[in-house]
Amino acid sequence: MAILVDETTRVLVQGVTGREGAFHAARMRAAGTNVVAGTSPGRAGQEVAGVPVFDTVADAVVHTGAEVSVVFVPSGFARDAMIESADAGIRLIVCVTEDIPARDMAEVISHLERRDTLLIGPNGPGIVTPRRCNVGIMPAEVCMPGAVGVVSRSGTLTYEVVSALTDTGIGQSTVIGMGGDPVHGLGFVDCLAYYQQDPETEAVVLIGEIGGNDEETAAAFIKKKVTKPVVAFLAGFAAPPGKRMGHAGAISEGGAGTAADKKKALEAAGIPVAKAPSEVIPLLKKSMEKAEKKRNG
Amino acid sequence: MDLLEHQGKELFAKAGLPVMAGETAWTPTEAVDAARRLGLPVVVKAQVKTGGRGKAGGVRRCATLEDVEAAATAILTMTIKDKPVECVLVEEAADIAREMYLSILLSRADRGPVLVFAREGGVDIESIARRDPDALVRRPIDPLLGLCDYQVRDVLAAAGVPRKSFAGRSLGAVVKAAWQLYYETDATLLEVNPLALTPDGVVVCLDAKVTVDDSALFRHPDFMALAEGGLDERELKARRAGLAFVALDGDIGVLGNGAGMVMSTIDQLAASGGRAADFCDLGGGARSEVVAQALEVVLEDEGVKAVLVSIFGGITRCDEVARGLIQAFGQTQVDVPVVVRLDGTAASAGRKILAEAALDGVRVAASVPEAVTMVVAAARGTAVDREGV
Repeated sequence: MAILVDETTRVLVQGVTGREGAFHAARMRAAGTNVVAGTSPGRAGQEVAGVPVFDTVADAVVHTGAEVSVVFVPSGFARDAMIESADAGIRLIVCVTEDIPARDMAEVISHLERRDTLLIGPNGPGIVTPRRCNVGIMPAEVCMPGAVGVVSRSGTLTYEVVSALTDTGIGQSTVIGMGGDPVHGLGFVDCLAYYQQDPETEAVVLIGEIGGNDEETAAAFIKKKVTKPVVAFLAGFAAPPGKRMGHAGAISEGGAGTAADKKKALEAAGIPVAKAPSEVIPLLKKSMEKAEKKRNG
Repeated sequence: MDLLEHQGKELFAKAGLPVMAGETAWTPTEAVDAARRLGLPVVVKAQVKTGGRGKAGGVRRCATLEDVEAAATAILTMTIKDKPVECVLVEEAADIAREMYLSILLSRADRGPVLVFAREGGVDIESIARRDPDALVRRPIDPLLGLCDYQVRDVLAAAGVPRKSFAGRSLGAVVKAAWQLYYETDATLLEVNPLALTPDGVVVCLDAKVTVDDSALFRHPDFMALAEGGLDERELKARRAGLAFVALDGDIGVLGNGAGMVMSTIDQLAASGGRAADFCDLGGGARSEVVAQALEVVLEDEGVKAVLVSIFGGITRCDEVARGLIQAFGQTQVDVPVVVRLDGTAASAGRKILAEAALDGVRVAASVPEAVTMVVAAARGTAVDREGV
C-alpha cells in the first residue's frame, strides 16, 4: 500500500470550518482522498466541502470510522486538537499548523507515545500517496504514482524535488514532509524503516537541511538497516553558523548541524548527496541502475 | 529569543533562584553609583547576546570605585563577536568555594526537555563532557510528569553534596525552581554556568542564560517588548511583517517561500559565484502586502545590486506574489534588476500578471538554475554601470 495512507484511508479534517481547513479539505478530496468528516466545536450538523461536520473527534470516529486526522487549527489550540484525536483512537495525526510552542509539542509527543498514535509534523506539508490519498497541503498535481519514496524536513523543497521527479517520469510511492520544527513526530529513521518494508518502494530520496543531527542518525540507520538505494539532498551549505534560518529547526551552531558535516556523514554511509534539486535526478538514476545490476547478479 | 543576563536574573529572583544583588548601568557614572550602593568588591559584566564574553575581557572584578569606572568605560564600548555591548551589570562579588553547572534545554533527539548537571562548572561544558563523561548527569524530563524527585537526588549525588545538609537542601531547591521557571516561561534553554557554592554552603546562580520560545510569546505578553529590543529598524520591520529575515554580506537580495527553499537558492547562488545579501522567508500563504514589504526590506540594503525572488507555491499563491511585486514597485523606487521565478500553485496566473504589468527591470525565469544565472549576471552588469557613473 505504499506507506501509511492509501485510497482506503478514512480522513478527518480538524478545523474544517476555518479558511485553510475548508480550502484544503476540498483540495484533498479533488486529489482522490477519502475525506469522511470534519470537526469544529459547536458546528455539528453543518457540511463543509461536501463532508459532515462534528463537534468532537470522538463523534466523527463513531459515525464515520475516521482513522487519520489532519490538523488545521491555529497554533494556540493545536495541542488540544492532537490530544483529542489521540484519545479518540485516531492512528495517525498529520499536523500542518506552524508556530506551535515547543513545550506543547513535547507534551503532545509524550501523550501520543502512550496512546501509540503516530504523528507527522507539525509545521509540515503532510503525506501524499499519489492519486490515492493526500493528507495535508502538498500540491497533488506535482506528484505521480511510482516507486520512489520521499521524506523531507522542508516543505517547499519537497515540492521542488517531487516536481523534478515527475517531470522526468519518475513516480513516487509516498511523499512525506515531516516538518521543520525541532520537536516533531515521525523522523527520517521511522520513514526509512517503512520504505524499506514497503514492496512498492524501490528507492528513497531524503531531503535534509542544517540544524540538529537527524541526517547523521539517518546515515547510521541506512548503513545498518536499509538495502534499497537512498539519495540525499541538503540545503544550507552557504548558511553562516549561529544564524537561525527561517523556522525553528534550521540553525547550525559551531561545527554541529552544518550541511558539510551532514554531507560527510551521509557519504560515509554510501549515500550520494545532491547540493541542488536538479542534481537529485542523475544521482538517483545512477543509484537505481547500480541496485538493478546488483540484483541481476 | 535570547534574554540578556540581567533580564534572566530578574526572572530568577522572582522564581526563587538565588542571585547576587546587582544593578544595570548604561554609563560609567551609573556603574560607579551602583557599586557604591552595592558595596565593594563588585563584578562588572558586559550585557550582550553572545557567549565568550569572559574570554573577551567583558567580565571584570573590581576592588575600588576607580576600577569600576575604568572597567565600565572599557566594557561599554566593546563589541563581542560582532555584537555591541548593550549595558553592564554591576553585581556584588561572590565568595566562591566551588563552581558547578546546571541547565535545562530542549533536546531535538529526546523530543523534549533534558536536565544537565555537572559537578564542575565555569568552563566549556562540552570539554568536560569529552574529558570526563561521568561528571555529567543527563536526565530527560517527561513534560507531562515534570521533574521527578529521584532526578533531583541524582543531581545531589553527582554533586557529592549530602541530601540533608544545608547545601544539599539549597541545591535541591535550585534544581526544582529552575525546572518550574523553564516550564512556566516556555524556555528552550535555561543555563546556569557557573552555579556556585560559597564557603558557607550557600548556592548562588552567578550567570543566567535564558532563551524563550518565539512561538510561545503569545502566552507571555510581557516578553513581547523584550523580543523587539536590540533589533534594528530593518529587522523590526521584517519581524512585524511576519518575515524570517537574516542579513548576510553579499550583494544579491534573496526572497522566497519556505526556509529550505530560500537556503537552497542561496546555496545555488554560491555555487554560481554569487553571494546572497540576505535570507528572507515569506513563510506559507503570504498575501501581496507581505510580499511588497519583503521586497522593501530586502532593498533597504544599499549594497544590493540585484534581487532574486523564488517561489514554489503550495499554500502560497503565485498570483498573490505577482501582485505584491507590482505593489512594491508602486511604493518604492526599485532601481536594481529583479529576477522572478514562479512555480506551483497559480504559477501561470502569476506569470501572466507580471507580463501584463511589464515592470521596468523585472525578468521572469523558468527555473531556479536559470534564475540564478540571470541574477548573477544582472548583479555584475549593474555593478559595472554603477562604477561607470
